[in-house]
Amino acid sequence: MRLNKILKNTLLVLTACLVLSACATKKEVATDIQGQMQGDVYTGTDTVEYLADGVPDRVFFATNESILTTASRETLRAQAAWLRKNPNINVVLEGHADERGTREYNLALGERRANAAKDYLMTYGISSDRITVLSYGKERPVDSGSNPLAWSKNRRSVTVKAN
Amino acid sequence: MTKKILILLFILIPINANALIEVDITRGNLNPLPLAVSPLSIDEESRKGFEKKLKKENIGSEISKIIENNLRTSGLFNPLDKKAFLQAPDIANLKPRFEDWNLIKAQALITGKVNYVDDKLRVEFRLWDVLAAKEMMALAFTTVPNNWRRVGHIISDKVYERLTGEKGYFDTRIIYVSEEGPKTQRIKKLAIMDQDGANNKFLTLGNELVLTPRFNPASQMVTYLSYFKNLPRVYLLDIETGTQEVVGDFPGMTFAPRFSPDGKKIIMSFAKDGKSDIYTMDLENRIVEKITNHPSIDTSPSYSPDGKYITFNSDRSGYQQIYVMKNDGSDVKRISFGNGLYGTPVWSPRGDLIAFTKLHKGKFYIGVMRTDGSGERLLTENYYQEAPSWSPNGRVLIFYRETKTNSKGEGFSAKLWSIDLTGYNERQIKTPTDASDPSWSSLLSN
Repeated sequence: MRLNKILKNTLLVLTACLVLSACATKKEVATDIQGQMQGDVYTGTDTVEYLADGVPDRVFFATNESILTTASRETLRAQAAWLRKNPNINVVLEGHADERGTREYNLALGERRANAAKDYLMTYGISSDRITVLSYGKERPVDSGSNPLAWSKNRRSVTVKAN
Repeated sequence: MTKKILILLFILIPINANALIEVDITRGNLNPLPLAVSPLSIDEESRKGFEKKLKKENIGSEISKIIENNLRTSGLFNPLDKKAFLQAPDIANLKPRFEDWNLIKAQALITGKVNYVDDKLRVEFRLWDVLAAKEMMALAFTTVPNNWRRVGHIISDKVYERLTGEKGYFDTRIIYVSEEGPKTQRIKKLAIMDQDGANNKFLTLGNELVLTPRFNPASQMVTYLSYFKNLPRVYLLDIETGTQEVVGDFPGMTFAPRFSPDGKKIIMSFAKDGKSDIYTMDLENRIVEKITNHPSIDTSPSYSPDGKYITFNSDRSGYQQIYVMKNDGSDVKRISFGNGLYGTPVWSPRGDLIAFTKLHKGKFYIGVMRTDGSGERLLTENYYQEAPSWSPNGRVLIFYRETKTNSKGEGFSAKLWSIDLTGYNERQIKTPTDASDPSWSSLLSN
């Protein structure tokens, strides 16, 4: 009986260990991409270009989303500061989607993403006259891969100098 | 161009209404009807005349090849090997020896002849029921010689109609987007071809991005999206004259255009401030009407064939789903309730079904549902496919399919495919380049 109980407990402990180690493995995989993704939002710098020193040109989005992440807002505040210092520069916000959606919906989604960036720039004092929005939908990926990391790089709004 | 070419059609003998053969196209056809297409007979003088004019050695057998190919790809017919034929093409001048055709198990037989008369192409053809030893139909056409492929398509349509009881779809064209170059810098051009892939022609040069061309069901006009001068706008293109114009005067991106069934309006989306709504523009008086007004993305609109309803997709529920509303935008009802996302709804020309693209658990499906959303049926599953377009008889869907790229970004392709409404007979349509966004024309002749 007693032995049985001990055995049972051991089993329980063993099972717990198994569950934990499974968790650990999963976490490791997540950390692996983590340098570059959080949730499914790209956080790396592979494709990023700079409008000026410390002013990244693009922000990234989650699948089907147009919500700005904390990092995106930081990037856009830097862009707004740079635009305030350079009042003669106008910009085009190019909105993009990944390849995992229908073409027409993605055109609308790209427009919505670029507008999310535009709205944020406007709240930081940039006149809408200086901003043009242009959606490319899924037509101009930066990464041609068919995997979650590539898709995350492609879900973006890029601020491009218009003049 | 094609509109101006007159095709004269005579009925030689009244159609026999009580024939035995009938092909059921409502079910997947696993036993296509065996039939024999005898090469159209041609006399030596006519043969030489066409050879000089069309650079084809024997136009009679060329036309019969078109007929055979059309009937085979429909999946409903099995054209038999010509080597087994016991009776020569001059059969056209005689009555068929039915027992000979019976012997090779042909149930139907097509015979005919071609003549070169006054610089014109004259074709006669007959369709025979082999078992009943009866003529089912007989027709003759006269047209300009350059139209010889269309003659093959028209004969195919007549045979299809006679044997299935429904209009054919062979004398039609496909407009699509030709794609070349790396995925990150794709060059896209408008292209048009016959339904069987012949006579491929590029309509734009590839200087600007073009997307989603759609035929006017009532004429040879096309509406599409062009990024001309980096301003994505809906355009109208007359493929006979090559003239094009922007549709409407919108202060932003217009996209997802389609014609109304009578061809008099264009319905499309206009995106502004992060929301996309559906608009129509009357092509005669240029009056623009706003049909939906919602903070969501409303796009991919398509009219019902009677013009009274519009189906579209919207993410107003949080995710992309399919809706139906009255043509004035009232009475909006969501119709897709299955698992996954639903997009690109297209109303069948028969009115009873809506074809769509569905995304579920990382797979893309082409499917159909009834117009109230019931009876969802998925026809094909793949890594990526979308944008179904109906054949004019509502029996076949054409769409495009993309393949996955590997870790090096290689292996990407985009191709046109067709599938029967039954879910059978899936086929790739060969194009000279990669291809996407197909749209099927109406029958060129009726």
